[in-house]
Amino acid sequence: MTSSTLTRPRARPRGARGTAARRDQLVGYTMVAPQVLGTLAFVVAPLLVVVWYSLHEWNVLAGTFQFAGAENYERMLADPGLRDSLVASLWFSVGLVVLNVSLALLLAVLLDQKLPGTTTFRTFFFSPVVVSLVAWTIVWRFLLQDDGGINGFLASVGIDGPNWLRSGPTAMLAVIVVQVFKNVGLNMILFLAALQGVPEEVQEAARIDGAGPWRRFRSIVLPLISPTVLLVSILTVVGSLEVFAQIDVLTGGGPGTSTTVLVYYLYQQAFQFNEFGYASAISVLLFIVVLALTLVQWQTRKRWVHDEV
Amino acid sequence: MRSDVAPAPHEARTPDEPAAPTAAPPSPVPPRRRRRARPVRGVLVGLLVLLSLPFVFPTWWMATSSLKPMSEILQVPPTVWPRSATWDAYGEVFRLQPFAQQYWNSLYIAALVTLGTMAISALAGYAFARIRFRGANALFVLVLAGMLVPAEVTIVPLFRMVNSLGLVDTHWPLIVVPIFGAPSVLATFIMRQFFLGLPRELEEAGRMDGLSRWGLFGRIAVPLAKPALAAVAIFTFLKSWNLYLEPIVYLSSRDKFTLPQALTQYVDAYGGPMWNVQLAATTLTVIPVLAVFLVAQRQFVQGLAHTGLKG
Repeated sequence: MTSSTLTRPRARPRGARGTAARRDQLVGYTMVAPQVLGTLAFVVAPLLVVVWYSLHEWNVLAGTFQFAGAENYERMLADPGLRDSLVASLWFSVGLVVLNVSLALLLAVLLDQKLPGTTTFRTFFFSPVVVSLVAWTIVWRFLLQDDGGINGFLASVGIDGPNWLRSGPTAMLAVIVVQVFKNVGLNMILFLAALQGVPEEVQEAARIDGAGPWRRFRSIVLPLISPTVLLVSILTVVGSLEVFAQIDVLTGGGPGTSTTVLVYYLYQQAFQFNEFGYASAISVLLFIVVLALTLVQWQTRKRWVHDEV
Repeated sequence: MRSDVAPAPHEARTPDEPAAPTAAPPSPVPPRRRRRARPVRGVLVGLLVLLSLPFVFPTWWMATSSLKPMSEILQVPPTVWPRSATWDAYGEVFRLQPFAQQYWNSLYIAALVTLGTMAISALAGYAFARIRFRGANALFVLVLAGMLVPAEVTIVPLFRMVNSLGLVDTHWPLIVVPIFGAPSVLATFIMRQFFLGLPRELEEAGRMDGLSRWGLFGRIAVPLAKPALAAVAIFTFLKSWNLYLEPIVYLSSRDKFTLPQALTQYVDAYGGPMWNVQLAATTLTVIPVLAVFLVAQRQFVQGLAHTGLKG
């Protein structure tokens, strides 16, 4: 995608059309102006400003704003809260990508079997994608709370369920699972498209050679759709770094700091403790992580293109 | 995409298919995928039903619980169908907060953001795809960079900017920033991809008929771009409708709140959620979107699949 985005339309001969071409240029600038100026004002400028802020000691309540050099970054190295949030983010991202990708793959494979009712099931699996994130999370909080629906059903069959959202490991698991069910439908659709691109003949050849269904999936289908699997995985990781609303509604970062992921920690520093300088340094860290992951994604994509051609 | 219709009965079994690979006769038609035996297919359908539960049950539980009185809502064993249904919670939704106003806020903000994004992205996408102008590539890379910056990274400086303009606790930042800033970049990218695929001959013909560049854009390109615009409209609307971090950062008075923010405000004096009221408000938020989704499912799936493919 990156290489194709940089190709220009072919040049037109100069001459009598010169003024028309010049007028065309003007129209071009006019058309892109809102988007370009908007990007400068609301993306590029804030990005530069956040780096500038991160070099300052700045507490809004205390009214302090003075240049502090790398102080905020040194503070980050020594801050156990930040370390905890990176650990929480890591757990969340790993758990999310593993559960999301494997469930999406399972659903896509099941939907690819031409079973009766496939269209209905696809609608079911996709429907949470269009439900408002906060609404979805509120309903799950209602289900997962100590006296909520899930423990209610468990109790009626004689099982004493845990307090899902108030104990460390299950709280993280709950946040991950709620997020997986919310968005796995998107990845499922991407996998379904990839599966339907696998040529029937290849599968048939393997079948004739005596490969069973599992063997065919592992040795033929999975390698052929592996570019999609990798792409989906990286997109899921990048998306997982931006998780905020689920944490705020489900656990508020707790219990303790067990679900305080990086973005939630950033939000707390900025808008609860008014530490704008320190929050800006965390923003820069977040940006670097997302940028690195995106570059990895582009690199791997380039490699696939070579593999495929 | 391949159609997902159930197989015709005569396709369901191919008993005459040879079992031994050596016996396969050469055939000009590629062999049909063999159907699984019925018991296996039955198990797979059962698995699908089971897997559907966590996707479907929460919505059911939300809607039915909102009709339960407080005495029943946390009862053990839980009632799958409300025993004594009441609409009381729905009255409370509007009594405790200016919920209609909040609903309208979300609706009009999302509508404006959607219209604005469609306009901006169609213009920029068209120019980047079809017009040669100096620096186009550099400008396009600049715009694309917007996709690399998560909203959370710039929230602090944007908040300072909004604050110094005196626009905190107004809807301006929720409308203007998404239209012109990072969220619309994906839309521009999608529109550009679409316009790149338009045949050159269409525009040549338009030129022959004396259309100016704006004419080519407005009379030929945009009318053809309806599918791409629909995709942009769907994911832009949902994105604005679901926005959470920005509203809670920018807005502080209840009559300015948007829906996701308002839903979390139905709490009792101790900060505990008033479940039936909260679920009633949530139901009112969710059901209309789900209804539109069921009607226009194909457009939703295609439109949102784009958001997964960005980057």
